[in-house]
Amino acid sequence: MNFQNDFPVYKTYPNLAYLDSAASSQKPSCVIDAMTQMYQSQYANVHRGLYQLSEQATIAYEAARQTVAKFLGALEDQLVFTPGTTASINLVAQAFLLPRLKAGDEILVSRMEHHANIVPWYRLCEQTGAKLIVIECDELGQLDLQAYAKALESHRVKMVALVHVSNVLGTINPIASCISLAKARGVPILVDGAQATAHMPVNVAQLGVDFYVTSAHKMYGPTGIGALYIAKDHFEDMMVYQTGGNMILEVDFDKVTYMSGPPKFEAGTPHIVGAIGFAKACDYLSSIGWNQIMAHEQALLAYLNHALASFSDIKVVGKAASKIGVVSFVMDRVHPHDIASILDHHQVCIRAGHHCAMPLVRYFGYPALSRISLGLNNVQKDIDQLITALDQVRKIFA
Amino acid sequence: MKGLYQDLIIDHGTKPRRKGIIENPSAKERGHNPLCGDQIEVFLEIDPDGVVKRIRFEGEGCAISIASASLMAEAVEGRPAEEVQALFENVHGMLSGKGHDDLGKLEALSGISQYPMRVKCATLSWHTLMAALKKMGPVSTEGV
Repeated sequence: MNFQNDFPVYKTYPNLAYLDSAASSQKPSCVIDAMTQMYQSQYANVHRGLYQLSEQATIAYEAARQTVAKFLGALEDQLVFTPGTTASINLVAQAFLLPRLKAGDEILVSRMEHHANIVPWYRLCEQTGAKLIVIECDELGQLDLQAYAKALESHRVKMVALVHVSNVLGTINPIASCISLAKARGVPILVDGAQATAHMPVNVAQLGVDFYVTSAHKMYGPTGIGALYIAKDHFEDMMVYQTGGNMILEVDFDKVTYMSGPPKFEAGTPHIVGAIGFAKACDYLSSIGWNQIMAHEQALLAYLNHALASFSDIKVVGKAASKIGVVSFVMDRVHPHDIASILDHHQVCIRAGHHCAMPLVRYFGYPALSRISLGLNNVQKDIDQLITALDQVRKIFA
Repeated sequence: MKGLYQDLIIDHGTKPRRKGIIENPSAKERGHNPLCGDQIEVFLEIDPDGVVKRIRFEGEGCAISIASASLMAEAVEGRPAEEVQALFENVHGMLSGKGHDDLGKLEALSGISQYPMRVKCATLSWHTLMAALKKMGPVSTEGV
C-alpha cells in the first residue's frame, strides 16, 4: 500500500521522509482541492445572508458538521466546531466544570496527558482551590487502571480528563473501560482524541463518553479547526463560553438570549472553509477504510520497531502492548535536538523535545526525547532513510 | 551539516572542558531554555584584579549548547571581566550572522548562524555568563 501520491508535498520534496504526523499531518490533494473549490466558487458567510451563495455555503458548512459527526459516531446536533483540541478542552473546563467545582474537589488526569489536557484543568484548580489527581503509568507506558479505579472512589472527584492515545508513547489507553468506570461513579469524563481519530475508529455514542475532542490537522485536514462532541444532556447545563454573534437568538442592551445546541458554542464567524476541509479529510479516511489504514500503519510500526531493535545504542521509550505508530527513543551520547538537526539534513523530519508532555518525559527520566510518528503518507523507504540518517548521526558523534 | 557540527563542536559537546562547580564562587547564575529543556549554571571566580580566575559550568543540553559553554569557558578564563562584554558582543554578532572580528577557536560556532532554530542553544551559556557578571555588580579591586 502506498498513499504517497495522495500528498502533493512529495511533488515539492520527492525525497522527504516526513515522520512527524503526530505533530501535524501532511494534507492530501482532495482536502486542499475541496477547500480551494469552496473559496473559489461557493464562498460566503454562513447562517446570515439571504442570498443564494450564503445559503449554499451554509448548507455546505452544516453538511460538513454532519460528515464529521457521523465519522465520530455522533449526531450533528452534538458536534461543535472549535479551533481545535486545546480550545475544546478550555471550553469544557470553563463552561461545564467551573460552575460545579469547589475547593477540595478533584479532577483526575493521567501521567501521559498532553499539556492541553493538563493546563486548562490546572487553571480551574487555581480558580477554585480544586486539585489535580494524577493517575500514573507503568514503565511500559501503560495506564495504571487499578489506581484509576481507586482514585474514582473519592467522592470529591468531579471530572476525569484522559488521553485516548499518548502523543509521546503511542499507547492506546483502554478508554472504553475508563469511561465505564467513570460513568459507574457518575463522574463526567472528557477524552482527548487528538492522536486517535486519524488512526482508529472512534464511536463516541458507543463509548458513552461525555466529551470527546480532536483536531482536524492531525487527521489530514486543515489547521484551525477541531471537533468537540458533547453528550446531548450536557448542552443545557453548560454556561456560555465565548460570546458574540452567531450564538444568540435575541440581543438587546438589557437582555440577551442564547442559541442552544452547537451554535451556543460557536460565537463569531466560524472557520467555514476549515469545516469543508475537515469533512473532506474524514471522507478521505473513510474511503480508504480502517482495515487498510490500521494494517498499513501497523506494518510500518513493526518494520520500524524491528529496525530500531538492532541498535544497542537506541532505547525505545513506551512499549505498551497496544500502540499506534508513534515511537519515542533516546540514543546514547546524542541529544535529541542534535539527532533531529542531523536527520533534517537527510530530509528526515522527526520531532525532538518534551512533546508538550513535560510531566511524562520527566517521569521517564529524560530531558527530551526524539519521536517518530507514522501516517498514511509513509512508506518503508522513509524508515530506511531514517535508519541511514541515524548511522550518520553515529558517525558524526563517533 | 559540517557547518553546524564541526569537529571542535563534537569534541567540546561530548567532552566539555571546565565542567563542574566552584564552591563559594564570586558569582553564579542559572540559564534555562524551557522549550528545549537546556539548562546551565555558570560559576565564576574573579580575582581581586578583576580577572576571571576560574570559570566552571554544569548543565545538560544538546551538543551545540554544551560545546558553546565549554568553548566559552576556555575563552573567558584568564581574561579581565571587563573584556567579557566585548567578547560577548562579538560572539553574538557571529551567531546572529552579523559582522564580527576573528574569534579564533570560537569560530567553530560560526556555522550555527545558518540554523536559526539552534542559535538559542549556542547563546544560552553566554547570556548566563553575562547575567552572572551583572549580578556580581561592578568588579572592584578596592576594599580588599
